Amino acid sequence: MARAWKFEDNLNTDEIIPARFNITIDEKELGGKAFCEVRPDYAAGVQPGDVVVAGWNFGCASSREHAPLAIRGSGAICVIAASFARIFFRNAINIGLPILESPEASAGIAEGDEVSVDLGAGIITNLTRGTQYQARPLPDFVLRIAAAGGLVKFLREHDMEELTA
Amino acid sequence: MGTLIEEIFSRRAGRTVQAGEIVLLDVDTIMSHDNTTPLAIKAFREIGKPLRDPSRIVIHFDHAYPAPNLLAAENQQKIVRFIREQGIPNFYHRGVCHQVMIEEGFVRPGGIVIGADSHTVTYGALGCFSTGLGSSEIGAAWVTGKTWFKTPPTIHVVLEGRAQPGVFSKDVMLHLAGQLGMDGATYRSLEFSGPYIDSLPVHERLVFSNMSVEVGAKCGLIAADDTTIAYLEQETRAVGPFERIAVHNPQYEREIHLDVSQLGPQVACHPDVDQVRSLESVQGLALDQVYIGTCTNGRYEDLVVAANILRGRQVHRFTRTLITPASQTIYEKALANGLIQVFLDAGCTVNAPGCGACIGRHGGVLAAGERALTTMNRNFIGRMGSPEAEIFLGSPAAAAASALEGCIADPRKYL
Repeated sequence: MARAWKFEDNLNTDEIIPARFNITIDEKELGGKAFCEVRPDYAAGVQPGDVVVAGWNFGCASSREHAPLAIRGSGAICVIAASFARIFFRNAINIGLPILESPEASAGIAEGDEVSVDLGAGIITNLTRGTQYQARPLPDFVLRIAAAGGLVKFLREHDMEELTA
Repeated sequence: MGTLIEEIFSRRAGRTVQAGEIVLLDVDTIMSHDNTTPLAIKAFREIGKPLRDPSRIVIHFDHAYPAPNLLAAENQQKIVRFIREQGIPNFYHRGVCHQVMIEEGFVRPGGIVIGADSHTVTYGALGCFSTGLGSSEIGAAWVTGKTWFKTPPTIHVVLEGRAQPGVFSKDVMLHLAGQLGMDGATYRSLEFSGPYIDSLPVHERLVFSNMSVEVGAKCGLIAADDTTIAYLEQETRAVGPFERIAVHNPQYEREIHLDVSQLGPQVACHPDVDQVRSLESVQGLALDQVYIGTCTNGRYEDLVVAANILRGRQVHRFTRTLITPASQTIYEKALANGLIQVFLDAGCTVNAPGCGACIGRHGGVLAAGERALTTMNRNFIGRMGSPEAEIFLGSPAAAAASALEGCIADPRKYL
């Protein structure tokens, strides 16, 4: 059962993973420090398959890819937010961390709710409250990167030009 | 025909590009630093293809340089090995990457620069499209020479009037950040113009572009004019001729007009960049540290402003005052013109050029319960060390005045 970990609006990359921990690129190690200052209980409590749910402008500020890596390393399977800051959005897609944009789901899911997510269809179900939400569709070329498992994996098999072809 | 971002993208794409369109564009320069290069190297190795053009890659050591601990030292050692192995010619450890990029001539009007650092947006003040990306995209661009962009709609910021003495572009930008909020320009291009911008020297214009990312913008652009061209010719290694790309019948998503002549000094209060108040409303708050430097306000002219306030005076004995010139070039000029002596005489600590205290890893880390006023662009929780420390943001003049009084102080009485 996936549990929702709820965060507020404008959660910045320092709050996801403080700069002083960015000396490693090991995502498990980063995951152990994820949200350590805003939610000290997160890293010890999060279970594989849990879901991070946030408000508007999630992941604003720094370009650090350590932020989505830390979330994935912590065991969470995806982030649901009302909206994403632009570099975080690109970074999550590029490293293959699923993200779902839905202001309705963000508002309708509370801390600790049980949630199931159909990543392929973008359907979010709140099992605690019996509600369901459809995430905003992603552009085709973003889906191509996501389907490959991230930008690096995409480029191993394809040329950049195929993205926008 | 379009906004500044549409004009820049259209030239590069060789066709008319409008807001909303996704384009795959050649990039001139791909920048990264000691914090973000290791992940780019990992991405590059995993892609398994050769570098497209090593001469378009620029790598800086600035975030933790010289290395303050073993992990940072080992990281930098790995990067140096990579630079040698791949024959990358552009490797700098001369200060904050964004200042060095400009000084060394990698920034020009109409150019396209990407960097693994969110403040790469700084170069927009010289009419160059530049934006921050994550490390995997930097590694990908090393291989492909290209990046995709979704052409953003533009918010036009028109700044009018003359600023009062003691009010700088930092104060105006902080005021705008307070008005727009931290997601007020997300996915947007900010285009700054108007008589106030026209009157500003480049070092003050750079503040607007630098802090565009604090309101979520993809870029913060200012069209190149005579001031831009003179700066490029006199202060940088960039070689002309330089393009002057202008807007043509632009369609803006919205316009913001501001008369700066009504504005006094501003401060962003702990813990967010958009918690902006008049400096007067928070003056008297005690300070444990003052920090003057960074890619926002560590330029030579910023140091002149600070030195003019500090000259012949002493900083408060319980307020550590750190001065970090943004680059070696700035440091040399400050040394030659006596500014460094002024700082030392006043009781300041002068640090080696780089990001310094801004990222909380060395050179001015804050303890729990401490409060700092800095010339940085961010004041997030834990940014400078303890999550229980407080960071306030202001102009170099506000920082210098506050250092003297040991609390947030109005710079206008020292002018």
